[in-house]
Amino acid sequence: MARDEFEAERTTYNFVGTRPDRPDGIDKVTGRARFGADMTAPGMLHAVILRSPHAHAKIVKIDTSKAEAAPGVKAIVTRADFADGLDGENWNILENVMAGDTALYDGHAVCALAATSMLEARDAAKLVEIEYERIPHVTDVDKAMAPGAPVIREGADDGSVPAGMHPNVVRYHESGHGDVEAGFAKADLVLEETFKTEATHQGYIEPHACLGHMGTDGKGELWCCTQGHWNVQKVCAALLGTETSALRVTASEIGGGFGGKTAVFIEPVALALSRKANRPVKLVMPRADVFRATGPTSPASMDIKIGMTKDGTITAAKGVFRLSGGAFPEAPMEFSAMCAFACYDLENVLQMGYDVMSNRPKQAAYRAPGAPMAAFAVESVLDEMCNQLGLDPLEVRLKNAAKTGSKASYGPRFDQIGLVETLEAAINHPHYKAPLAEGQGRGVACGFWFNHGGETSVSLMLSEDGTAQIAVGTPDIGGSRASMALMAAEVLGIPYENIRCVIADTSSLGYNEISHGSRVTYASGLATIKAAKDAVNRMCQRAAAKWGIDPDAVYWEDGYAKPSGPNAGEFDPMHITEITANMGATGGPINGHFEATPEGAGVSFGTHIVDAEVDPETGHTKILRYTVVQDAGKAVHPTYVEGQYQGGAVQGIGWALNEEYIYGEDGSLQNALFLDYRVPVASDLPMIDTVIVEVPNPGHPFGVRGVGETGIVPPLAAIANAVSNAAGVRMRQLPASPPRILAALKDRDAG
Amino acid sequence: MAKQHVKMTVNGKEVEALADPRTLLIHFLREDLKITGPHIGCETSHCGACTVDIDGKSVKSCTMFVGQAHGADITTVEGLVNADGSLGVIQEMFREHHGLQCGYCTPGMITRAHRLLQENPTPTEEDIRFGMAGNLCRCTGYQNIVKAVAHAADALNAQKEAAE
Repeated sequence: MARDEFEAERTTYNFVGTRPDRPDGIDKVTGRARFGADMTAPGMLHAVILRSPHAHAKIVKIDTSKAEAAPGVKAIVTRADFADGLDGENWNILENVMAGDTALYDGHAVCALAATSMLEARDAAKLVEIEYERIPHVTDVDKAMAPGAPVIREGADDGSVPAGMHPNVVRYHESGHGDVEAGFAKADLVLEETFKTEATHQGYIEPHACLGHMGTDGKGELWCCTQGHWNVQKVCAALLGTETSALRVTASEIGGGFGGKTAVFIEPVALALSRKANRPVKLVMPRADVFRATGPTSPASMDIKIGMTKDGTITAAKGVFRLSGGAFPEAPMEFSAMCAFACYDLENVLQMGYDVMSNRPKQAAYRAPGAPMAAFAVESVLDEMCNQLGLDPLEVRLKNAAKTGSKASYGPRFDQIGLVETLEAAINHPHYKAPLAEGQGRGVACGFWFNHGGETSVSLMLSEDGTAQIAVGTPDIGGSRASMALMAAEVLGIPYENIRCVIADTSSLGYNEISHGSRVTYASGLATIKAAKDAVNRMCQRAAAKWGIDPDAVYWEDGYAKPSGPNAGEFDPMHITEITANMGATGGPINGHFEATPEGAGVSFGTHIVDAEVDPETGHTKILRYTVVQDAGKAVHPTYVEGQYQGGAVQGIGWALNEEYIYGEDGSLQNALFLDYRVPVASDLPMIDTVIVEVPNPGHPFGVRGVGETGIVPPLAAIANAVSNAAGVRMRQLPASPPRILAALKDRDAG
Repeated sequence: MAKQHVKMTVNGKEVEALADPRTLLIHFLREDLKITGPHIGCETSHCGACTVDIDGKSVKSCTMFVGQAHGADITTVEGLVNADGSLGVIQEMFREHHGLQCGYCTPGMITRAHRLLQENPTPTEEDIRFGMAGNLCRCTGYQNIVKAVAHAADALNAQKEAAE
């Protein structure tokens, strides 16, 4: 699809930019909303998945005979009950969904059973006898690529890895431009430091849940909480060896995803059990399984080297990013590398990434995957350099900021972007000028995310009373039902309240890519606008036919078809309700449709300011004040946009200060529950101030940029800088939890 | 295992059933009574999504067996609507002030707020933050939840004043 078709075309709005009621509000405050685990079916069974207690072990024998004889048990499945002969990512997903001959991490699924009640299923699970033979494991990313580390999968290298590296290094990325060595030679100060971040979990409060029913003929129905039900359909069909269109998938209300529900974990298991038992099967993950076997981000180990002149000009920047995506080849190290220096207009930049396999669960996306840890490392070095050179950290960022037309660190030239505007807003914000007390520190950081378009299909159906329904295929994870209705209202000229947007099932609409990459308000929004325009064109044709004039002589304004001028004829404007009331007699139902893979997503930047206080006795950090400034392009419903900024910042606070995967010496996860994996609670936090900057995205009719992910990119860095400035010691490993801060203070005092 | 006879009042209605004594109250509410407003986020009493009101106290309903609720008076989020089916004040304030995003923690949040505002009808922001600290939300950063509870306190107090 040509770019120019999506050129920005509106600057004033009647609906876009207002803050109407949320369409899902009543359902969600009354308990009526139906989430993944809320659906039931007649004859439904309950399933349990048995998981490896070992980090790395051969599966010698699975004896299910006692469990099969247990009360209520109707089906048991192992790897043998899934398709064979898969390759590529489908094979990787199956290998994760149900282990083959080797358990690759603590929590890896090995066997599953379904019984007539949850208690019977849990009782029977204790009767399955699984014999393991433990083999050496490795969970640390640096140790996993060191000589002598146990090999997770021989021959997994995709051919890009430099010769001589450990077989656990399976992919390599390199990008940049200029000559970094020449750049470092021109610098007055060159700083090189190493950083580490631990894996974190998206922490959505709703565990993965589904209800599946598949007959022995391979036809099936599936209800599940997911960010992308067409992807679930495709993956399940492949793993079960059936045709994609034989399976209909309906997305439930989704209780948080943040990227973690883009992946498929349990749905094929429920369907395999159902096919075997010939009954519907409900499968809900316990929280410990969610931690052990879904989601986490990749732990990262990073080296950053930056050169700067005395006036704050960056002369060269280099980064090395080592990430582990668990026992599978997919850590988003190229995103770390490509986002690391994207905020800056650099003459010389070089970034390298290594994807390293280890005995951890298969990583899944978490809000701007790969970017927050890279920003932490880069922005920490910049902060340290500003401290050493006595420069203002926001002015230095402004001096080096990428602008419209800059060559991005990862290759292309930026179209219209808004980083400078976020920096100027931050510099002029009262927060940045507010005094700090003794023991308090301020940190700032910038962040970047690509944003995405992706395959998109939308239908808009008009009813006889002039109201409209929109069918979109992107599960609503950030308020898209409200934003779609606002954008359609803008085009149709009818009240927001007269438009209902629903998430269509896979049999009711064309393919839609997952709700990921902050793509929904951009891509589904663009398709909604185009579908509404399609419907408007049809309504103009009906009016033209009634008036007996050329359709080109009719235009649409504020809900009315109007003759375009005196030459077109003298006719009273025709309201949408007049057209839809008679549509059956004037040519049939009026619907609008649009499908495309739009490519003008428009990148996004943000700048965060945070004040923190560190207690030197306990190592505890208190966040005192937090301000998010981010470019939204055009905020369709500003309350939702602010909500994305606040939520991203708070997830970043958790990641920066407390959240981490803690693996024991035996390779098992030590903190697989919310008590020990501590996400922020209300009493940990201040109010989060937000500033919405609007530099329109030329790739969207209303200028929209995705806003969901960028908000988690700066917080790790901004908080680490605030903590380091407050405590007087540089924190190079996150989370900066109380024990780590106390250890750093002790090291500093010991000299 | 022998079934246990249980009897309780849920959202003003008397219910009576035979249940496996190992059944958690949250499972009884959701699976047996089909009251799916209270959600399960952890089954370990940390997240608060299953919070209900039992005999005047906020209780995480995954914390107790159904038998322990024998004779109890239980209110879930479904029971907080007005008699005419319209939204209760706290529900209305959560809806109006966007005290939710995905909505999964919302029934627990609202049920907890319902009790908090009886324990302390004039809470400060800090009182609300500490009073709601047993309920996890991953979407909102709690910002609009805190605001919704503060607005609900004002609205309830105004209602009380008007009645006096």
